Amino acid sequence: CHILPRPPKGPRSLVPGKGRAVPETKCLLFLLHRQAGSLPLLLDPAPVLPFPSPLSPLEARLIDWFDLLARLGFDPWIEKIPWKRKWQPTPVFSPGKFHGQRSLVGYSPWGRKEYVVFLRLFLETAEQYFMAGHKVTYYVFTDRPADVPRVALQAGRRLVVLHVGSHRRWQDVSMHRMEMISNFSRQRFLREVDYLVCLDVDMKFSDHVGVEILAPLFGTLHPGFYAADRQSFTYERRPLSRAYIPRDEGDFYYAGGFFGGSVPEVYRLTTACHQAMTADRARGIEAVWQDESHLNRYLLSHKPSKVLSPEYLWDERMLRRPPLLRRLRYVAVPKNHAEIRNR
Amino acid sequence: LIICKVWKREVPFFLPLAHLRLCNMKLQYEEEPSQPVAQSQYPQPKLLEQKPTELLTLTPWLAPIVSEGTFNAELLHHIYQPLNLTVGLTAFAAGKYTRFVQHFLESAERFFMRGYRVRYYIFTDDPQAIPRVPLGPGRHLSIIPVPGPSQWEEASMRRMEVISMHITERAHREVDYLFCLNVDTAFRNPWGPETLGDLVAAIHPGYFTAPRHQFPYERRPISTAFVADGEGDFYYGGAVFGGRVARVYEFTRGCHMGILADKANGIMAAWQEESHLNRRFLSHKPSKVLSPEYLWDDRQPQPPSLKLIRFSTLNKDTAWLQS
Repeated sequence: CHILPRPPKGPRSLVPGKGRAVPETKCLLFLLHRQAGSLPLLLDPAPVLPFPSPLSPLEARLIDWFDLLARLGFDPWIEKIPWKRKWQPTPVFSPGKFHGQRSLVGYSPWGRKEYVVFLRLFLETAEQYFMAGHKVTYYVFTDRPADVPRVALQAGRRLVVLHVGSHRRWQDVSMHRMEMISNFSRQRFLREVDYLVCLDVDMKFSDHVGVEILAPLFGTLHPGFYAADRQSFTYERRPLSRAYIPRDEGDFYYAGGFFGGSVPEVYRLTTACHQAMTADRARGIEAVWQDESHLNRYLLSHKPSKVLSPEYLWDERMLRRPPLLRRLRYVAVPKNHAEIRNR
Repeated sequence: LIICKVWKREVPFFLPLAHLRLCNMKLQYEEEPSQPVAQSQYPQPKLLEQKPTELLTLTPWLAPIVSEGTFNAELLHHIYQPLNLTVGLTAFAAGKYTRFVQHFLESAERFFMRGYRVRYYIFTDDPQAIPRVPLGPGRHLSIIPVPGPSQWEEASMRRMEVISMHITERAHREVDYLFCLNVDTAFRNPWGPETLGDLVAAIHPGYFTAPRHQFPYERRPISTAFVADGEGDFYYGGAVFGGRVARVYEFTRGCHMGILADKANGIMAAWQEESHLNRRFLSHKPSKVLSPEYLWDDRQPQPPSLKLIRFSTLNKDTAWLQS
């Protein structure tokens, strides 16, 4: 019961059992009446259905319909062919507490323009430290697929390159991340992986990062604010923005560079953030820390079931390492900000 | 046995509503309701603060250990209330144990999951002896007849079987979470949604300071409840366990299978059901652990490390009960 049925390939009727093609407009109208629903998340763990829940025939067809749209060119995020290395499935150790679910983790390191240069170090260290012994799929979003480095991957791990459009401003790059993860969650991640971990690529792994991070929804404490008062968190403070958080509210300041969870939860999060960012754009406002502000707004109302300490996201050059952090697992790689961001 | 549709709601959460709204040229976000969960005012959680409790707050497998000071009850209520959950509570009152039901239910009405929908399932061989206790709104009592026990040990061994059967027949349709408690007990202080979890165990009050080699596990290798020296996390009490209905089903069924296997081998575990429960919790670790506040023994003096006793077994004459 943990395996999703794959929707059948090829053109066929959109209405189950009827044998005739339904015009696309009818499907659109139907969707307008359905609520995507955003169920609040419980702490231990969500009673909202854990990842594999069987798709109803209608849902399977809707997903397939959007795939069809993408293939016809309606969707700008056209996927490139998967990386050449053949993925061989191997028996995988599944820890008891995950109850036999496939622990296949997808990632989306954020590689654009000059950020592709960080990708090699990211992938090499990920091969050493990230989810060792588990099945992993790296999903790399990039506008330069030809520049994606060839890194030797261990058995059971593969890399998928997703070709996306370019943006001039790094802020736009950051903002579109939510939209793309949301789209791809729906289009393919749901069928391919159990958990999704969304990471910045201008970083490297320096110590073990394993299944201890997995949860229906998790965030990471930003290394600059774990000891700060909520009034000094750099939340968006203008009420006009959808990311607004008043000064007397807030649990933690979460980092935009490391979040994740089960695919349905990540889909919900990224969709909500993307909608909020679109609403802000319509009002002519951009949140102070772009997608990170919206992420914080979302995680305030939809509390994560797990929170990772700053061991899981650190910057050694900017911050003195306090003794309470015994291991640094995922750290920033030095770069010239101005040079890279707006060239 | 197959459980169909254990969860009471199925929401298609991957409908691409966002995609549609982008297609719609006129963005209508002004009318949208702004933020989901109503915020309650509560102090900021601080990563570096002093430990709120002397007790361990997290097991090595990252399950929370719940005790007073580790959670904000009002905040949890804000999160759980809108979910319209129904919580079930089973208790076995066969033979002389029927006289505990009144006090048990009255204390549950005062303290157990106030503000939530609750279903009490009282299993008894004498339905007439169960008193009618007035219940609050949204709370229901079901009395389920079971055959009378011939012996005290026999009664406690059949609980696992009865609970698992009951889940498949009824509870999976009626409740989201289920707790299985002993009836010769009473609630003393609020027992709320902090106890809800996938699979929940409670630490036995008599052994929470003892080293693992002193736990009264079943030590005969021939039993399915056997736990070797050098193994063991906590000694859990058989009087309290629970969780999501599906998980409780798997758990009780697993224990029942172990009990049956032992019966076939002509062996009865040292502490009957509790031994099997502990064996099972060792291999299928609970996702949440309740401190001894949630299962106390009134005969013991309350130590300063336990701030608020919420549930305890009554002082009683066990010899008379077992006769």
